[in-house]
Amino acid sequence: MSVPKKRYAMTVDTRLCVGCKACVLSCKAENDVPDGFCRDWVVEDVRGEFPLLAAEIRSERCNHCTDAPCVKSCPTGASHVNEGGVVLVSHNKCSGCKACIAACPYDARFVHPKGYVDKCTFCLHRVQKGLKPGCVTVCPTGTLAFGDIHDPDSEVSKNLRTRRWKVNHPESGAQPNLYFLL
Amino acid sequence: MAQSRREFIKIGSAGVAVAAAGTGLATQWWGLDPDVVHDPGTDGDRVVPTFCELCFWKCGLLAHVKNGRVTKIQGNPDHPLSNGHLCPRGTGGMGLLYDPDRLKKPLLRRNGKRGDQTFEEVSWETALDFTAEKLLKIQKESGPEKVALFSHGFGGSFFKHLLFAYGSANVTAPSYGQCRGPREVGFQLTYGAPVGSPEVLDIANARVITLLGSHLGENMHNTQVQDFAAAISRGATVIAVDPRFSTAAGKARYWLPIKPGTDLALLLAWMHVIIDEGLYDREYVETYTTGFTELKAHVADKTPEWAFTETTIRPELIVETARVIAGARPASLVHPGRHTTWYGDDTQRSRAVAILNALVGSWGRRGGFFIPSSMPVPKTPVPAYAQKPKTSQDHPDGVMYPFADEVLSHGVCDATIPGKLGAAPIKGWIVYGTNLLQALPQRENVLEAIQKLDLLVAIDVLPAEIVGWADVVLPECTYLERWDDIAPTPWREPFLAVRQPVVPPLYESKPGWWIAKQLANRMNLGEYFPWDDAGTMVEARLTAGGYDVAEIKAKGVLRGKPVPVTTEDGLALTFATPSKKIELYSRQMEAAGLPPLPPYTRHPEPGPGQFRLLFGRTPVHTFGRTTNNRFLSEVTKDNEVWLNAKIAKERGLADGERVVLVNQDGARSTPARLKATQRIRPDCVFVVHGYGHTSPGLKFAKGRGLDDTTLVTKIAVDPVAGSTGMSVNFVTVERAAAAASGA
Repeated sequence: MSVPKKRYAMTVDTRLCVGCKACVLSCKAENDVPDGFCRDWVVEDVRGEFPLLAAEIRSERCNHCTDAPCVKSCPTGASHVNEGGVVLVSHNKCSGCKACIAACPYDARFVHPKGYVDKCTFCLHRVQKGLKPGCVTVCPTGTLAFGDIHDPDSEVSKNLRTRRWKVNHPESGAQPNLYFLL
Repeated sequence: MAQSRREFIKIGSAGVAVAAAGTGLATQWWGLDPDVVHDPGTDGDRVVPTFCELCFWKCGLLAHVKNGRVTKIQGNPDHPLSNGHLCPRGTGGMGLLYDPDRLKKPLLRRNGKRGDQTFEEVSWETALDFTAEKLLKIQKESGPEKVALFSHGFGGSFFKHLLFAYGSANVTAPSYGQCRGPREVGFQLTYGAPVGSPEVLDIANARVITLLGSHLGENMHNTQVQDFAAAISRGATVIAVDPRFSTAAGKARYWLPIKPGTDLALLLAWMHVIIDEGLYDREYVETYTTGFTELKAHVADKTPEWAFTETTIRPELIVETARVIAGARPASLVHPGRHTTWYGDDTQRSRAVAILNALVGSWGRRGGFFIPSSMPVPKTPVPAYAQKPKTSQDHPDGVMYPFADEVLSHGVCDATIPGKLGAAPIKGWIVYGTNLLQALPQRENVLEAIQKLDLLVAIDVLPAEIVGWADVVLPECTYLERWDDIAPTPWREPFLAVRQPVVPPLYESKPGWWIAKQLANRMNLGEYFPWDDAGTMVEARLTAGGYDVAEIKAKGVLRGKPVPVTTEDGLALTFATPSKKIELYSRQMEAAGLPPLPPYTRHPEPGPGQFRLLFGRTPVHTFGRTTNNRFLSEVTKDNEVWLNAKIAKERGLADGERVVLVNQDGARSTPARLKATQRIRPDCVFVVHGYGHTSPGLKFAKGRGLDDTTLVTKIAVDPVAGSTGMSVNFVTVERAAAAASGA
């Protein structure tokens, strides 16, 4: 029996998220993200009219798509699929052409002042040391979970089995790996 | 459109691939470099455990230091208040530490008027000599009690100690009379114990959490929000009573958009239903409380129908939520709030919250209020304080507020203005880490007091507005650069934490302990600081207590053996009230001539075209203390005026345009963006407190957003706690003039 390859994913529990942005700031510090940019962000989706209202708060970032439009659109191979399906940009191969930025359904990418395209890495440098991504570690509400969805015992697998969930822009066909628990 | 965009990309990328293959060169060249996982390199070569001061919750931190520079700050997993997690502010200590606007050298006002900001940089020697000389002069000529200390933050402990040694008991903090004072008084009167900070709430185990104006999630006290999320995760029901659809309201099964100023009517009606339907905890009430009969009579006519006319909350919803609150008892927590200085009857409202909790038996119970424990640490042996008892002059109008157990900051202002309170005025202020010009209401009164002083000493990290009014400015280093005293925080498990320097102080800034000790030495009070530095003092205290110094320094925290904190753990409940019971009916208040059961008072309402000004928090900032923090401001740079969208439309005001608020006394705010939103009632506006700085030294924060304190010209003084209700100001919303908006 073949062992399935790792497939890293993240679940975001919209019931718990208070939109405090600790994830955003912790990411900025962990990844030394330059001023004026961020790799993750918070969307507050409020619907209805006073006083009948409903709110959904989502901590969003690169979806590390299984069929990543950014990787397919990259002319230099800088955008590539790394360990566990994590989509990374090799700084030295990126020409800054922005094809990936146009291709990304999630607006998750930006041009770093040093010229290459930058975005969330699922903190693979931490994950490879056995740590969780910075945003998951800091989160005071336990909104974020990270792990291998091919491992049935992982927290993300359990979340996806036991909870209702959705993804953003399923119509893109990119097979995103950022799941919002409802 | 989206499809054609995708289509374009597909063609585009295919084209490039063909081109690359065509040359044969590009692919080979690119292929030579292997894909590496880039490490941003922010891990420290040293990791120092300490605790936070971006707010006052004191969460445990792990600060990463690389090449002498703090690169990132993470939660300390061993610390019971952070549990390895942080709020956004906690991550941003670097933004304070490396703030280019920090106070760098001691400053002395040589010429010019107070407030002119004509400072001269001087040596520490000069600044300390000046300060000590002036303090000694006041001590000699007017008496030591004519000096007051305003303090906010953990480092203030050294200055409190200094002031007590000097002979004054006038130690005050706006965090009492302008924030949590009435809550503490209300609970003290009812249970014989305050709620404290961190609040002694077992939120995580609550099955029903009722919030009255307490916006958890925006008010970002780390452990409380962790526990709130844990409770929601376990299926707890949230009832959010708030004129605004807060973040917490977004998590709630019941959002009650109450008319501001009427919370007491709702609380009384809930009690009415719970008593009338026999839903209260009969055994708990009989065992632990006194005055139930009087309470029952008091709320007999406080029907949901009556409350509807006051609160605008439908009667059936009041009944339903009352049943939900009682249905989960005792794990039903009616949150006591924190900033509770709203309408002037705030102690009575806090009493009502306390009484409601007693009816559902939540005090001392799992999922309610726990009885905290802490680890004792022997004090440094010093001579007894020579301080005189505090006088009534700390209270406005010379009236004693018999239940105010802390000195009132606005009262100290009044006591500084000659003739205002009768007694000889206060002559000197030491202001530690609190920006009185944003923390206290009625700014003109504060400024008048300041101009009457013989001495104003400001000890701060940043040039907040108050610093500009000082005679002498003593630049303190940040919490990341200093030792502080030990924090034996009372909590659901006993623990000790230490704050230790992560990096040495920048510029010529100095730790608070050093400043206090230097002043003490110059005032013949050196024997009160019988140690060389705070680090050795902390070590000596820990050693005297039999604690492992090396362990606490390595971990930043020492956890003790948990003891029972609820009856479910085996705790026997006791109450430090005169009757030794929970006093539903307060004989203490009766004796003081105050209503012994919370009465409902109808408060003035905004007139036509006016809105009640409400203010609150954003998770990213601790009021004006952090709004100059450029790192935190990466995600929240200014505040907005929340106005009901329908009202905005009626007035032709568009979302995002710049508006000015003008209050009932003609006080005008600076312009800020309008947030036209469905998330607020039509009769109030909301702003986040702490913006609209005017200090030229705060180069980032100056001019960003709107300062609500400018608009708090009116207060409603609480007759029980003496605190200042501040949600009693009414404003109109005007489109900012083109010139004012810079357009």
